[in-house]
Amino acid sequence: MSETPTNRAIPDAATQVDIYRRMIRIERNDDLTRQQIRRGRITAPYYSARGQECIPSAISVLLNNDDKICTIYRGIHDMVAKDMPLRPLWAEICGRVDGTCKGKGGPMHLTHPETGVMVTTGIVGSSMPIANGFGWAALLDGTKQVTVAYFGDGASNIGAFHEALNLASVWKLPVIFVCQNNGFAEHTRYENGTSVDFIAKRAAGYGMPGYTVDGNDPLDVYAHAHAAIERARAGEGPTLLECKTFRFMGHVFGDNDAYMTKEEKAAAIEADPLPRFRQKLIDDGVASAEELDALTARIEAEVNDAIDYAMACEFPSDDELRRDVFAEEIPA
Amino acid sequence: MSTETLEAPVVETVKMNGLQAINAALSEAMEADPKVLVLGEDIADNEGGGVCGVTRGLSTKFGTSRVRSTPISEQAIMGAAIGVAMAGYKPVAEIMLMNFTTVAMDMIVNHAAKLRFMSGGQSQVPLVIRTMTGGGNQTAGQHADFYEAWFAHTAGIKVVIPWTPGDMKGLYLSAIQDPDPVIIIESVKTLFVPMDTPVNQGPIPLGKANVVVPGSDLTIVSYGQMMFTVMQAVEELTAAGVSVEVVDLRTISPWDKETVLASAEKTGRLLVVHEAGRNFGPGAEIAATAQEVLFGKLKAPVGRLGAPYCAVPFAKKLEDAYLVQPPEIVAEVKRLMAI
Repeated sequence: MSETPTNRAIPDAATQVDIYRRMIRIERNDDLTRQQIRRGRITAPYYSARGQECIPSAISVLLNNDDKICTIYRGIHDMVAKDMPLRPLWAEICGRVDGTCKGKGGPMHLTHPETGVMVTTGIVGSSMPIANGFGWAALLDGTKQVTVAYFGDGASNIGAFHEALNLASVWKLPVIFVCQNNGFAEHTRYENGTSVDFIAKRAAGYGMPGYTVDGNDPLDVYAHAHAAIERARAGEGPTLLECKTFRFMGHVFGDNDAYMTKEEKAAAIEADPLPRFRQKLIDDGVASAEELDALTARIEAEVNDAIDYAMACEFPSDDELRRDVFAEEIPA
Repeated sequence: MSTETLEAPVVETVKMNGLQAINAALSEAMEADPKVLVLGEDIADNEGGGVCGVTRGLSTKFGTSRVRSTPISEQAIMGAAIGVAMAGYKPVAEIMLMNFTTVAMDMIVNHAAKLRFMSGGQSQVPLVIRTMTGGGNQTAGQHADFYEAWFAHTAGIKVVIPWTPGDMKGLYLSAIQDPDPVIIIESVKTLFVPMDTPVNQGPIPLGKANVVVPGSDLTIVSYGQMMFTVMQAVEELTAAGVSVEVVDLRTISPWDKETVLASAEKTGRLLVVHEAGRNFGPGAEIAATAQEVLFGKLKAPVGRLGAPYCAVPFAKKLEDAYLVQPPEIVAEVKRLMAI
């Protein structure tokens, strides 16, 4: 692992509130998604990221709209943090034609280039090699754009991780590899599937800086992401950030968590970063409880509006099976 | 150079092999369009300009930021090609040998081919995969397979297998400007055999077969380096008084049903010959379609010749037995003709 960067960047008050806004947007969106599934109003495989809100929120405040992300099936929090609009997101989750992918991708393949959500993959590890391509394009275009590749701890054991990090380093690509280490690869405990105690150590093998970050501390994530993004924008190449966190809802909706102890789950939920950060903002005088409550209410209204909108949208026509296979529609 | 007769214009030709034809196509495409990129193992001049020299001179001419040698990392090559294509470039990614595409199957099948559909048309992946293969060089089980059926079975990627150097150039020029992913499978034999090639060969549309030899008794559909074998057999059959129509399919997916079925309807007999395995090979799809459309109009069952159900063998004797040879084609044609 590399030394923690010196001159740690600290978000100003407005940025801290913006991080919190994104965290709440993720949490409200996740909570209402699970509610809609429980009520039988949507049928979809759902991989909750509850507990991991901090990571993309503290990173996204450092990204511009044209900076890109490539994420994975447990990645709706990454998109919500990148400020993807919720109406087309919900319409997609609901399989409607007004969804961002016309109902043809669903929650595992949400795409929204306007907010930089370029690829969402259902294949473990595959966000990384594609992120490199966007990095290469930024070099060719001569822009300062960066691309963030999100993935989980399990993905650091698949070949794509190693090929992608090696190439990114050799080509000095402006890509930030963000591992959201929640301690479990599907149902396998970290230490039973991963050969090193810290994934960040693997960065050394690819000649890039690697940091293990407290993924539940927005300020720690922000400081490390700031350094990594600055490095990428300066043309100095990629960084690996391992953000340690915990997923509260197991691997997939309906998971019974039999592979973890009740105590460790309870301890993780007890240490929920969301109320902790809220309290810190209040204690530091950054925002009042009333302001944060009002923010939460606004966001909850935004999510409910998106749900109502999505439920009223039409399902796609069967003609869609012949569209978007190629640029040219396949004749009936 | 055109003549002033009423016959078809005479096209000025030059002897060229596949290596030269692809090099010319890439060079012209890069010259005309700054968005065209080339990447792959050893492709820049510093690394020798490609394992066969196809890309020789390109990095010197266009720079190593557009012509990039890569590590031996097929997933990373395809991933980079997909991302850069989605960002508006037109990459030509070389996967040195067709068998090595297996290492990058996730990137090709799950991503390049599907991202347009899964994103509801928001993502475009206009990339070309260059890969070569073919038996006859004793490269054995992991360096010579024709796996076009795998890709033809995958919705969202076009599959091209040119035979002649002229078709290679023309199909490359079209593929590079195609808005969708295209895999071009180069036959090793074509790369090294000089053939008459039109000077200034322009783009040839994808999805169009070529009637190479007109005939009336039987239609042979083939493609890639198997066309050399087919042409040898046809010479013998012609001498024996059998009039064979030869259709070079050129694009395997989407394939030119119109031309193939029109020819089969005309001759009443159809034989598909390919180097790929016979089981579940492209011949099966073509035969199935022919019987669906032409049932009752054919004078014989559709014939299929392809490789046996085993890996490509090493020993020359076995390799010769594995590959379809001219006598087998002659025998199969005679069987279908009942002569």
